[in-house]
Order: sequence, then structure tokens, then C-alpha cells
Amino acid sequence: MSTRYVAVPVGVKPIRGPSALGGDLRRFWTLTWTLALLEFRLKFFGSVLGYLWQLMRPLLLFGVLYVVFSEFVDLGAGVEHYPAVLLMGIVIHTFWAEATGSAVPSVLNRENLVRKIQFPRMVIPLSVVMTTFLNFCLNFVAVLVFFVIQGVEVRWSWLQLLPLVALLCALSTGVAMIVSALYVRYRDVEPIWDVALPVSFYGTPILYPIESVPSESVQRLLMCNPLAVIVQQVRHALIDPTAPSAAEAIGGAARLLLPLALVLVICALGYWTFNRSAPRIAEEL
Amino acid sequence: MAAIGLDKTFVLPREKVHTFKERALHPLRRTVTDELRALRDVSFAVEHGEFFGIVGRNGSGKSTLLKCLAGIYGVDNGAIYVNGRVSTFIELGVGFNMELAARDNATLNAIMLGLTRSEAEERYERILEFSGLHEFEDLKLKNYSSGMLVRLAFSVMIQVDADILLIDEVLAVGDASFQQKCFDEFDRLRDERRTVLFVTHDMPAVQRFCDRALLLERGEVVAVDAAETVAARYFDLNFNKPGTAPASEIAETRRRGDGSGEILEAWIENDRGERTEGVAQGNPCTLSVRIRFHDDVRDPHFGVTLIDGEHHLVFAASSVWDEQPTGQFSPSELVTLRVTFDNWLAPGRYYAAVSVARHRSGQDVVDYRDKIASFVVSGTRPGGGLVDLPHDLAIERARPRPSMAAGELG
Repeated sequence: MSTRYVAVPVGVKPIRGPSALGGDLRRFWTLTWTLALLEFRLKFFGSVLGYLWQLMRPLLLFGVLYVVFSEFVDLGAGVEHYPAVLLMGIVIHTFWAEATGSAVPSVLNRENLVRKIQFPRMVIPLSVVMTTFLNFCLNFVAVLVFFVIQGVEVRWSWLQLLPLVALLCALSTGVAMIVSALYVRYRDVEPIWDVALPVSFYGTPILYPIESVPSESVQRLLMCNPLAVIVQQVRHALIDPTAPSAAEAIGGAARLLLPLALVLVICALGYWTFNRSAPRIAEEL
Repeated sequence: MAAIGLDKTFVLPREKVHTFKERALHPLRRTVTDELRALRDVSFAVEHGEFFGIVGRNGSGKSTLLKCLAGIYGVDNGAIYVNGRVSTFIELGVGFNMELAARDNATLNAIMLGLTRSEAEERYERILEFSGLHEFEDLKLKNYSSGMLVRLAFSVMIQVDADILLIDEVLAVGDASFQQKCFDEFDRLRDERRTVLFVTHDMPAVQRFCDRALLLERGEVVAVDAAETVAARYFDLNFNKPGTAPASEIAETRRRGDGSGEILEAWIENDRGERTEGVAQGNPCTLSVRIRFHDDVRDPHFGVTLIDGEHHLVFAASSVWDEQPTGQFSPSELVTLRVTFDNWLAPGRYYAAVSVARHRSGQDVVDYRDKIASFVVSGTRPGGGLVDLPHDLAIERARPRPSMAAGELG
């Protein structure tokens, strides 16, 4: 059939195919928020004890690690409020692990949406991070209670938590975009990520204080990990002002630019990867 | 957002190619890539207020086309122009979650289909009312019957009020009364002059609702025309295309005979004397059989039977009942048997069996072939019975008025 000429009204633009962000920002946020809240509610009300399980996971991990590493092996010797430091670190790492870990199969899990309706694809990994964030907020309430029990002082420096959590969200979102986009094509991402997460746990000064790492250069190398920066600064600002701040641990505030740049690069890379694969995700599932 | 569409034009000019690549899971290994051109140079325009059908056989690309229009798939070439808000119904109840109650699911679904949260909550009452599921409002969806699910989903779809509706064969689900409800809704959409694009292979529905329709075949537009015309073309395409009716489907199961004659082949001819595998209901057609004798055979009997897809014997014809001797046949004589009948069979596939026997008992079989030929009867109306006899239907009232005939349904 030859091409027919069809009148198009002036000002009507051709529709764009599926994309990462879509044109309508309001719809983007409505969808992200709706999906995030839905997932959160399902976790909350899904089982009999509901939220308790969400809370139990970091708490149980904390309990085991605490017993092992302060009673059997005394890693926390000389660390002010070691239990609080440990719990806070675990909660931060849980956020990171949950956000990225559940982002991996997220696009696939939302197959029924991806293949059935048009919506900006980026909604999926973002809603995963958002659900995890809601979880984190609740976990943090538990942490605060623990702080009170432990006798941690309330200080103005606690406000530093806001930019630090924002940084954590940015990092998690960037990685979530990368892994969720890659997983559509390469299912290997899942086992790889299963291995990568414990590595990130032990690569971050959670169990051990950064100052206990023997060599200063290794300390500084570890601090290039953005997660380490976040955990260390939270410890300094929230729990123990005598502990080295992130800037001190890495050896100068200027050096902090490196992990910060890393977060930026990861975010940019994540956006680029996801944006690139977004138009074809529906076909490749 | 009740910005009722103003003027809608879809233009999909030039090539639209889809490459579905099966990629290796392993990033370092390259495997064979397959290309499937699902749509080729598809162009058409739908006016505001039109009920537009997209029809085609399985795999013809109609669902792909719908997904492109909906923005789920990107197009490789060409452009789609849309004036107004589009809602897509490829599946009823997108985003339904079995663990949640009707309220959450209805709003969720409505948001998925393009409403904002407040709009969705605003319309919830109307959705519930339409679905008639008030008493089950708080029941989790996993406890719903499938019919209730469909009703809820359909209600959301109707209440979303998009300017342009893209609908993909949702009518295939639900019981008869639900289908009737869907049809009523379609009528309403039609009366409101809403713009609807409707993908289906249900020709009666196309003829009933669509103003115009587009026929796709292997990704190409075969016709864009009035619904009636396209429906006719569809049947043509479906049953008359050489090589498409799978001959392998005819599995001969039994063959017996003493070898003194051989049934060579059998086929169906339409009223123009052309061989065909599809005949339209109501037209005369002929079952022809070619037979070669290898021996001297005196007064053999010829018989044909037709069975339908469910193994009902629907028709039998035989020379036995003629009481006339059929005559003497000599070796290598070629005979053509013709059975011509007005085709009032119900739509569906039929198989012909042919037998040649020496005696009227049918015991000394010269040759018998089961399922030697097959053909499809196409009709635009699904018949309930084995045959659709030509008939008049009249309703005569007992007293008040003289009897009135109500339309012929032949």
C-alpha cells in the first residue's frame, strides 16, 4: 500500500514511544508514589506480624553481630556507643541493600504494567527506592528509641543526617537504575548482585571502626566508598563527636570530592543506561 | 480533565519495523538474531468520533500496532499523531493486586490508566456503582470470582473517560451477560461519538460497532474500508488463501478397500466452479471426488459424508438411495463424483469422507477414505446448531393487533 496523505492538525506533535521519564512530570510522580506506597502497604499488611518482620531483619542481624563481635571478638573495644554505631550502620546498609537488591528484578516483576500500559519506565526503579526509603524511615524510628536507651546525646549536628540520607538515596537510585536496566537483558546481574552486597557490607566500616584499620592508606582507600563516607559521617554527627569525621578519615575535606564525584558518576551512568534501554524494555522482557 | 478530543488523526507513514532480538544471556556470546517485521508501512487515519476496528489473523501484527499506538512499543520509522488523551486497554485491570480490596484496586487501576490520584478517588463511587459490586467493596480481590474481577476492571475503564480508547479483545472474556454488558457499553461509547480503536477478530462485533476497519495481514495493511467490506475481506483471507489452510490438519485415520478401485482426491468447489477451502454460508457448493478403477466393477455405490469438528455426522449422500444401477466400470477408468448442495452448514470446519462399495450393504469396500478433504464454512453469525437452515422468524401476537413479521434472519 502506498503512503497516503493524511491531514494532521497544526501543532499536533507525533507521540513519543516509551521512554524513561516521559513528558508529564506530574504523572511520573503520581505513578512512582502510588507504586511505592502500594508495595510498602503490601509489606506492611501482607503477613500477620506485618511490619514487625521488616524491623526484625536489621534487628536480628544486629543482635547476632553484636553478640559475636563484642562478646566473642571484641571489635567494639574503645568505641563509644558501639551498639548504636553498629545498629545505625546496619540500618543504613539495609537501605542500600534492599533498594538495589529489590531493584534488580523490579522491571521484570512489573511486566504486567510494562507490557500493558504506557508509562515512564523510570517509575519502576524509583518506586523501589522510595518503598525502601519509607521502610528506612520506620527503621530509623526504632534506631532513635535505641539511641535514647543508649544515652546518645541529641545535638544540632543531627541535622547532617538529611543531606547524608539524600546522598544515600542518590547513590541507591543510581545503582538501582543500572541493575534494573541490565537485568532485563542479562539475568546474571542477580547472582552477581547477591555476591556484591555482602562485599559492600564488609567494605564499609560498620562492624569495625575505621580507625581500627591498621594502615592509614587502606583507611583512606576504604573511605573512597561513598557508603563508608555516609556511615562514618553519621557516626560522627549523630552518635560520637569524638569519632573521626568522614573528612578526617579520608585525610582532608578536599578528598571527599572523590566519593561525591563517584555518586554523581553513578547517577549519570544509571540515568544513561536506563534511558537507553527504556524504549525497548517492553519488547525485551 | 474532561477535554473531549477535538480532532484526532493518526498517521503512521512509511516503514515500521520491529526487531525482536533474542539476546544471549551471556554478554560475551553472540547468538543468532531473528528479525520479525511486525508492521510494514502502515498508515491510516481515524477521525474524531469514529469507532475503528483493527482486524487481522493471529500474528498479523494487530496487537503490535495497538501497542505502538499506545506508546508501549516504540516505532522504528514513521510517526503517530494523537490529539487528545489516550487510554489503553490491552488487558482489563492493569495493576490489579489480589491482596487489596476493590477500592484500592479501582483507584490504582485508574491511576495506571492516566488519572491523577484525586480524580481516581473522585470517580470511585461511579466505578463501584457501574460494576454493581457494592456488597463486595471490602473484599480482597483474590476472593473475587473472575466475572466480578472483569466487571470491576471494565467499570474502571469506562469511567476513566479518555478521549481515545484503544481496546484489545477484552470481549473475549466474561460470560454471556457480561458480554452483553460490554456490548451495551460499546453502544454507549458509539452513541457518545467517542473515538475508539478496537482490535479483534470477532467479525460480528466489528460489523455491529465499527464505522470503519483496517485489515492487517503480515504487518501490512490489506484494506481500510467500511466494516462490512473489511469483514468480508477477512473471511476471504482467512479461508481462501492458498496454502494457508493447513492441509496437514487432515489426518486420514482409516483407509480400507480391496484395491479394485482408488479414490484419488476430493475437493470443494464454490458456485463459480473454483476449488476452495472456504465457502460462504448460503452459497451452493460442490464436493467433487476423483476415482480411478483398477478392476471391472459392476454397479458400485458411491457415498460421501460430512462430519464437523466435533465428529457429528452432519450430512450424508449416497447413490444407494437412488435405486438406479450405477453401471459398469472398467480398469483404469476415471470417474468424477459430484455432490452439489446448498451450503446451510453452521460456520466451522468440516471433513469429507468418501466410500465406494460393491454392494449396497457397503461390506465389500472398493475404497474408503476418511477425512480426505476439509473445508471451512464462514458465516457472519455464529449459529447455534449443526446447520443454519434458511428460515423466517415471525412473532404473532394473540389478540390485540394483526400479526407482525419480525425481520428475516436467513
